[in-house]
Amino acid sequence: MITLAQKIIANACNRSKVEQGEVVVCSVDLAMIHDSGGPRRVKPILEKLNRKVWNNEKVVVVTDHYVPIESEETRAIQELTKKWVLDQDIQNFYDQQGICHVVVPEKGHLKPGMFCVGGDSHSPTGGAFGAYMFGIGATEMAGVLATGEIWLKVPKTIFIKWKGKLNNLVTAKDMMLATCRKIGMGGGEYQAIQYIGEAIYDLSIQDRMTLSNMAAELGAQTGLIAPDDKTIDYIKNSGGTVPENWKSFRLDEPTSDTSINEFDASTLSPQIAAPHSPENSENANEFANTVFDVAYIGACTGAKYVDLAAAASVLKGRKIASGISLKVAPASLKDEKQALEDGILKILQDAGAEFLPNSCGICAGYGKDRLAEGQVCLSSTARNFQGRMGAPTSEVYLASPYTVAASAVVGKMTDPRELMVN
Amino acid sequence: MSRLWLFEETINTDVLAPGFYMKSPLAKLSQHCLEAVRPEFASKVKKGDVLLAGDNMGVGSSREQAAEVLKFLGISCIIAKSFAGIFYRNAINLGLPAFLLPKDSQLPKEFVDGSSVVFDFENSILFLEGSGIHINLEPLPTFLQELINDGGLVPHLEKRFDEK
Repeated sequence: MITLAQKIIANACNRSKVEQGEVVVCSVDLAMIHDSGGPRRVKPILEKLNRKVWNNEKVVVVTDHYVPIESEETRAIQELTKKWVLDQDIQNFYDQQGICHVVVPEKGHLKPGMFCVGGDSHSPTGGAFGAYMFGIGATEMAGVLATGEIWLKVPKTIFIKWKGKLNNLVTAKDMMLATCRKIGMGGGEYQAIQYIGEAIYDLSIQDRMTLSNMAAELGAQTGLIAPDDKTIDYIKNSGGTVPENWKSFRLDEPTSDTSINEFDASTLSPQIAAPHSPENSENANEFANTVFDVAYIGACTGAKYVDLAAAASVLKGRKIASGISLKVAPASLKDEKQALEDGILKILQDAGAEFLPNSCGICAGYGKDRLAEGQVCLSSTARNFQGRMGAPTSEVYLASPYTVAASAVVGKMTDPRELMVN
Repeated sequence: MSRLWLFEETINTDVLAPGFYMKSPLAKLSQHCLEAVRPEFASKVKKGDVLLAGDNMGVGSSREQAAEVLKFLGISCIIAKSFAGIFYRNAINLGLPAFLLPKDSQLPKEFVDGSSVVFDFENSILFLEGSGIHINLEPLPTFLQELINDGGLVPHLEKRFDEK
């Protein structure tokens, strides 16, 4: 018996089997980079090494950080990015179409069994497709681009098992904030997390992406979910080709060298995490009546189509409270278009939302909308470290899109179920 | 003389390399390193100083600048109770030594913020200057030692490509 992580890694290093703790050198199936950590950082290193990218078909470039262009500095970064993509003859270039972690799978690039790296800490998002994907820094990325290889210590698998069924208005984000509280931001020990159990497989692919994405917040290297029919449907609908052997990656049984943390979805309430860590979470009603200034539905973690739809289900026929500004930055152009077609954007707009570009934006403290001194934000994003989303004195609380939307209506933080029973 | 910069708390990448300054050159970004938690750090830190942090050092973003600013400001070694994985790899790739405190061991109480220290890379020992007080750090695996001795991943790859 082996774990999904071991199977993918063994394939990637061309071995029949790998043991936990071994250091192996793996071939990379896909390397994703963005405009911040990508070309501007790897170009000088590749030049120094006198190398081009090892395989231009296995590199995907997305611009999402310095979007929109708003200064000479950011213009220069975008121009450098485009020129580098041309020089390297990279076809998979998605310019200002949304956040890399959402765009790369929606273009059909990720498949079960792939071994992938990304130049961003939320790269474990790829785990939702049964791909072993993890974040690395720019120098290490340059090394991958030059050689097509990376070293890895074969991880143990830490299972996060969610049994039972989620209640109405409780979602993946709540599962994740509760998991952060229980096992802590170091609980992933830079090992492989794998999410299993009925409540996980009940989730849509985009909700699963929220879990895999925030494996980063648990300190894990990746956050795997074994592929099922939903995974395959998503890939087909995204124009991707499904590997014939995908079922061989449907591995989710604990082995002798794994550990399990069990949770019960049926007793989970909406969660809110207080500043300045995702592990500072409690049931949302513990924060009832906490005031805030900005409600933010944004980022790869919290503004995909399912997140926009969740917010709209609460905001339909309602208005946000005076004194609150609701800002919505759809995670990708594709999701935004779908939300437009489905009337979701109209609901958000009628409720009083202001729309921001399809980019990392406030979540990463970029752009003109970053939080000002002393501002308090309730956000559907992944990370609420001090100063991350703006001024050092700003404060960020994390919650699901349901909770952010309901709180924006009430004008104070609330369990969304309080609003929806009325 | 190396000063010890001691942090009890978890240091994340947003306080090391704040997002707002990420578009700026390294020299400017460095001036804002740790300003949210230790405003005087960037102006007071000197070449050769040692940074000792708590659990999950460098948690958060993959931004390599979080390690690079420390190197730029002169930090010669980062020691922590535990490291976030990406930050650890970044530091080593940049040729910046990163060492773990041995599991279940206590830092001798004589080591305080501002202590004068001497760091011995070959033997992975941190000494308190002018005394016999020291702490043995977890030795680095051989291949990571080589990477650091080569000066980081880029010089290491240059060497590898030259040999071919």
